[in-house]
Amino acid sequence: MLKIAKVDLSKLYAAIAETADLFVPAKTAGQTNYTLWSDETVVDMDTLKTVKSPKDVFFPQSENLYTVNKVDKKYKITPEELCNRDFVVFGMKACDIQGVKVLDKVFLSNPVDSFYKARRDHGTIVALACGEPEESCFCKVFGIDCAEPDADVACWFVGEDLCWKALTEKGEALTAKVAELLSEGDESAVEAKKAEIRAIVEKLPYSNLSLEGWHGDATKEKFDSPVWDELYKPCLACGTCTFVCPTCQCYDIKDYDTGHGVQRYRCWDSCMYSDFTMMAHGNNRTSQLQRFRQRFMHKLVYFPANNDGMYSCVGCGRCVDKCPAHLNIVKVIKAFQKEEAAK
Amino acid sequence: MQELINRAKELLADGTVARVLGWKKGDMSYNPEVAYFNNAEELEGFVYNGFCAANLSKYLIEASKLEGKTLVFLKPCDSYSFNQLLKEHRIDRDKTYVIGVGCKGKITVEKIRDLGIKGIESVEIDENCENITVKTLYGDKTVAYADAMLERCHVCKGKEHVVSDEVIGESRDTVDAERFAEVERIEAMSPAEKFAFFKAELSKCIRCNACRNVCPACSCRKCVFDSTKFDSAQKANVDSFEEKMFHIIRAFHVAGRCTDCGECSRVCPQGIPLHLFNRKFIKDINKFYGEFKAGEDAETKGPLTNFTFDDVEPCDAVKGGN
Amino acid sequence: MPMNEEFKPKIVAFCCNWCSYAGADLAGSSRLAYPADVKIIRVPCSCRVNPMFILRAFEKGADGVIICGCHPGDCHYSTGNYYARRRMAMLFSMLEYIGIENGRTRVEWVSAAEGVKFSTTMNDFVAKIKSLGENVRLGDIRCKN
Repeated sequence: MLKIAKVDLSKLYAAIAETADLFVPAKTAGQTNYTLWSDETVVDMDTLKTVKSPKDVFFPQSENLYTVNKVDKKYKITPEELCNRDFVVFGMKACDIQGVKVLDKVFLSNPVDSFYKARRDHGTIVALACGEPEESCFCKVFGIDCAEPDADVACWFVGEDLCWKALTEKGEALTAKVAELLSEGDESAVEAKKAEIRAIVEKLPYSNLSLEGWHGDATKEKFDSPVWDELYKPCLACGTCTFVCPTCQCYDIKDYDTGHGVQRYRCWDSCMYSDFTMMAHGNNRTSQLQRFRQRFMHKLVYFPANNDGMYSCVGCGRCVDKCPAHLNIVKVIKAFQKEEAAK
Repeated sequence: MQELINRAKELLADGTVARVLGWKKGDMSYNPEVAYFNNAEELEGFVYNGFCAANLSKYLIEASKLEGKTLVFLKPCDSYSFNQLLKEHRIDRDKTYVIGVGCKGKITVEKIRDLGIKGIESVEIDENCENITVKTLYGDKTVAYADAMLERCHVCKGKEHVVSDEVIGESRDTVDAERFAEVERIEAMSPAEKFAFFKAELSKCIRCNACRNVCPACSCRKCVFDSTKFDSAQKANVDSFEEKMFHIIRAFHVAGRCTDCGECSRVCPQGIPLHLFNRKFIKDINKFYGEFKAGEDAETKGPLTNFTFDDVEPCDAVKGGN
Repeated sequence: MPMNEEFKPKIVAFCCNWCSYAGADLAGSSRLAYPADVKIIRVPCSCRVNPMFILRAFEKGADGVIICGCHPGDCHYSTGNYYARRRMAMLFSMLEYIGIENGRTRVEWVSAAEGVKFSTTMNDFVAKIKSLGENVRLGDIRCKN
């Protein structure tokens, strides 16, 4: 266990940024999101949840795939270069790390997504335990321990220090690079902190939400349920929940006409949108009820069915905080519980 | 609140309305959701308090397509949106029964969180809506109601419902700010400062379209930004021009129709003050084409579907831009 | 752009079919000079110009956009230019509000008989845009080079 004083953190950021790109939660125009660190960045480690999850760092909201240019009446295709620079994401929480594991299931299984893989290979995750979990958190429901994040390096804020523990080879390598700034830390203080965090988690209103009945084999039963008929009604069909989610992985591929060529890019898509998975024959899901159902069925039924029972919700609670209609996955789970109880 | 429930039950019972559109208790004290109530039993879950900020008028577009009348509760500012939708023939007045509800200003949990309050377990609003008691995992806090109020309530349009079949409850004057002060502050900036301000705000945009989807004025069946034939990166947040275009065009499309209900700013997950675009148009319209309040009635022609022979020339409009 | 090269602005002119487009024609047949930087797009009426057209032009690299229509009162469709006048006033004001330099957009009323006015207007507008320089705030980075 190593440590560094909180006041020296800017030195730590600077040291990391010397050899790699550093992404940190930072406040711009009042909102905290992950940004590339520079000398002027106002790092915000106090905000528990960034508005957007850090999945951007591995899977950007929009990224170029290739460019076509017309040169002397011929078309020249230039593929986008893969990520080839090491980077560090600092301050990721346990739920967001589980989110990356969900993305790994999708993008690292065959066929491997080379853009994503390159970023995973070059990225080192420095995780931060959640000092003050909030009421919208329900990571415990998915078996995530926010007191002990599983990443390359795990960190805890204890008193006036940041305690630092490397967990993987990548983590060791990063530790070696900044070793000068770190000193020996107190293992027992961190253990006490963990206990403190876990005690708070126990008290969170959603921590004991039951997922009973949500599993890979529940497709028919859940899909046909009449609960959806009323549940979706407040939904505005915006994409907030999908765009702040650390696990939503759907994307669309589009062309941008630059006037002298074409840029083919991909961007996040949302199952809440009317043109989601639009095909030549039309659309698979023609009503908002169907679109709404798709999102929750995917998280809690389809994904576990295809990934050995792993849910693609990590309980970060961003959708709980951000849904403009105050609708969210917790309310969906609860509505089904109520229905079950009524039966 | 009980008065509203009782009246709704009466109207359901005597067959005046087939359903009620209102707000339902959420699973936390601060997250009520919009809901339909079809019978007296369901109405037990009805709630109306400071957190019921959602403007219900847009939901009536869908409700107008259903059998029978829908009872809807509208706050004074929502009634402007309702009128505007009537004017655009998007709502069927004969299919709606409007109960105007009193409003003492609406609050949001985001504002409470902005005050640095974390781990909120429950929120209690006192009877006169003066103070809020917030119970949190990290101790109890008291917040002044006005500090948790939405921006739109600080510049409230008034206590009167411009349309209603009956009114229940008292409203309160919550104005304590100048409606166009922020717009004027920006107008006074240099072009570089203005540009930097909007760039910082708009680069946060994640293109979730919540502002558009919640907007009662954005009632097109198919939005131009959703067209597959339209060359726009509607879902991609390319941190360059697209965001600006989206927000300028969206504001333009609702110019003269926007009632300044403030829903866009309320729902933005990134806290972008989107009302600043709409309010700029409102200010300009008032200045160049005479005072106009969209939604004040359901008949008057909108300023951008109207003209006079001696309107200001576009170049002069810019030169005299203050 | 290399420093020593003279800035050649890209100007888009939306011209109404019934007046300024013919005005441009008259300017041409009268052998009145106006800069080749101006690209004319013919529209059936000035009120056909959607604000999106203007923003799109800027996005794709235009440095200035000018809309030319019939004099108020002379619209081929009686009232189109009156509506256009209000719309453009709103849009220009908004562009100024978000920090776009004043003067990159303009509306001029040019009749079919005003070849001279067309030519002087364009000369004047191009000079103005040259003084403002390249449009960096509204262009999309992907459309550069």
